[in-house]
Amino acid sequence: MPLLDVIDLKTHFRTDDGIVHAVDGVSFRVDKGKTLAIVGESGSGKSVTCMTIMGLNDRRSTTSEGQALFKDRDLLQLPPDEMRKVRGSEISMIFQDPMTSLNPVYTIGNQLREAVMLHENVSKQVANRRALEMLKAVAIPRAETRLGDYPHQFSGGMRQRVMIAMALINNPDLLIADEPTTALDVTTQAQILKLMNQLRRDFDSAIILVTHDLGVVAETADDVLVMYAAKAAEVGGYEDLFYRPEHPYTWGLLNSLPRLAAEGADLKPIPGTPPSLLRPPSGCRFHLRCPYVFEPCIPEVPELLPVSDDDPDHKVACHLAHDFREREAHDLLHDLMAEQR
Amino acid sequence: MIRYVIRRLLWACVLFLVITMLTFVMFFVIPVNPAAMIAGKAATPAEIKHVEHLLYLDQPVWKQYLHYLQQLFVHHSLGYSYGNRQSVNSIIARAAPITASVVIGGAILWMMIAVPVGIYSALRPRSKGDRVAMVSVLAGISAHPVWIGYMLSLIVGYELGLLPIQGYCNLRGAAPGQQCGGPVDWFTHMILPWITFAILYSAFYVRMIRSSVMETLNEDYVRTARAKGASERTVITRHVLRNAMLPVVTMLGMDIAVALGGAVFVELVFGFQGLGGTAIQAVNQFDLPTISGTVIFASIMVILFNLIVDLLYAWIDPRIRLT
Repeated sequence: MPLLDVIDLKTHFRTDDGIVHAVDGVSFRVDKGKTLAIVGESGSGKSVTCMTIMGLNDRRSTTSEGQALFKDRDLLQLPPDEMRKVRGSEISMIFQDPMTSLNPVYTIGNQLREAVMLHENVSKQVANRRALEMLKAVAIPRAETRLGDYPHQFSGGMRQRVMIAMALINNPDLLIADEPTTALDVTTQAQILKLMNQLRRDFDSAIILVTHDLGVVAETADDVLVMYAAKAAEVGGYEDLFYRPEHPYTWGLLNSLPRLAAEGADLKPIPGTPPSLLRPPSGCRFHLRCPYVFEPCIPEVPELLPVSDDDPDHKVACHLAHDFREREAHDLLHDLMAEQR
Repeated sequence: MIRYVIRRLLWACVLFLVITMLTFVMFFVIPVNPAAMIAGKAATPAEIKHVEHLLYLDQPVWKQYLHYLQQLFVHHSLGYSYGNRQSVNSIIARAAPITASVVIGGAILWMMIAVPVGIYSALRPRSKGDRVAMVSVLAGISAHPVWIGYMLSLIVGYELGLLPIQGYCNLRGAAPGQQCGGPVDWFTHMILPWITFAILYSAFYVRMIRSSVMETLNEDYVRTARAKGASERTVITRHVLRNAMLPVVTMLGMDIAVALGGAVFVELVFGFQGLGGTAIQAVNQFDLPTISGTVIFASIMVILFNLIVDLLYAWIDPRIRLT
């Protein structure tokens, strides 16, 4: 029984230029205590997916369809008051830029206490003690004095730790981290990821980690969802993704990683740019950039289906992967890919 | 924080001295001989010379300035009016409460209008309410306070007879020679002036608050607050307002300070003998001591309010305290 089961999620934004289909049919599952990494280019819909699950989209201009089943409730159908109770206590979210994510006019102790007191009727002292515990858990030195400090007195890495502390203070079942390390330098990034992994074990929370960095995925993920142009391209365990990828986009992503051994060789980016979500291309969204495009790709949208019957959790949305006529050619390409790595 | 306060106080003193000097020097540029005016039309040159001597006008400029400073700091006197020989201190002491009543009351009224309307507009941009507010703002800024004042006097005061249209009533009780007095009279006589005064400023402030709140709503920490599970109400009152009000506080201090120097239009329309009216009268009569007295008083107000605003700002925004 997964902790979170997202089924055919769609989110549309009404803009002056028309309707933007920011998320157009994404399905995935998150298991208790596991990490799901959502990978994709900028604009693929990763962040909007998370915001939709959290109910943080602007109600006036956004509509969502589909289901997000969390502990026997559909989050998308919850009234705003109910959703508010879930946010920050059962599901928490941290964001990309720690420099601006904390309110500059309140101490971090104040903001940590607020996170507690919004959900539980406890005294300020109890909340303060929890805040102190969490600061220590995220390894902020001299935590007692630091509670009275303001955000501008912390560095970027430390602010992100404070954000993590704030997100975990109510012991949520699920933590959604939207590119938490993108704005940090590599060493700090490693520290934060290590911290998140450890806290996941200590608090038994599941994590959804949104990132565009495959290195981060390799270090933290149990399961991976690859998104492209508002749709799911491929989803599976991290071994499936790194050793047995099926979608040409995933191949492209893995191929585009620079290799230390191949010094001086050209980088192999995926040609072209992601399509507009206002007027997306017909059929498979990737067909304009796919080196293996053939007839069904242009008119038909590929469904997200299991790769094989023995591995139902590894799913891909690609005509090439599912077309039995082309199966042989596909297997050949597959072996070629494996060889190159 | 203490060091910040002390530094600001010292700077305020320096500023004050500079202003007295500038005020003093400015009036020496005016090619007028006040002694001649005071001595009267039929004065002989000898009498004019005598008056000049009495007023220290025959001394070199710097000596006059020193004498002025001495008078100011040692005797706490702003001098005596050339026009009617009253002490400028008493002139200002009479006029200041009138202007203060208009300005402070008006400021409270304009904030009471501007804050809710500004916040509402920011939360519902491009809604009907917002559009109505923006049109009203345009009207409020465009209409001249004198026109507004007279129209209000005419319609509400004269035609409808609801409120008095002229004269200031003492808060405490009727001054000798006045017909009205006491808090009730004071209040009813202040209503129309307050509305007139507030309309222009509330228009500015609605716009400013609206844009400040709209900007703050887009900040990342507002999103964090929502992600924590805060209600929209908590988000706005706790997280948005305190940050959005920072520029408003700065402007408020300055506007009140400047207005305290003389809310001229309102005083003119409603016949108040406040600082504005007094200053204009003094300028027309080349009454140097009164002019410089009102300028000095206005400067003190500006310096004082700037100081208050700076301290308030530092209290609201902890990032400022480091500087």
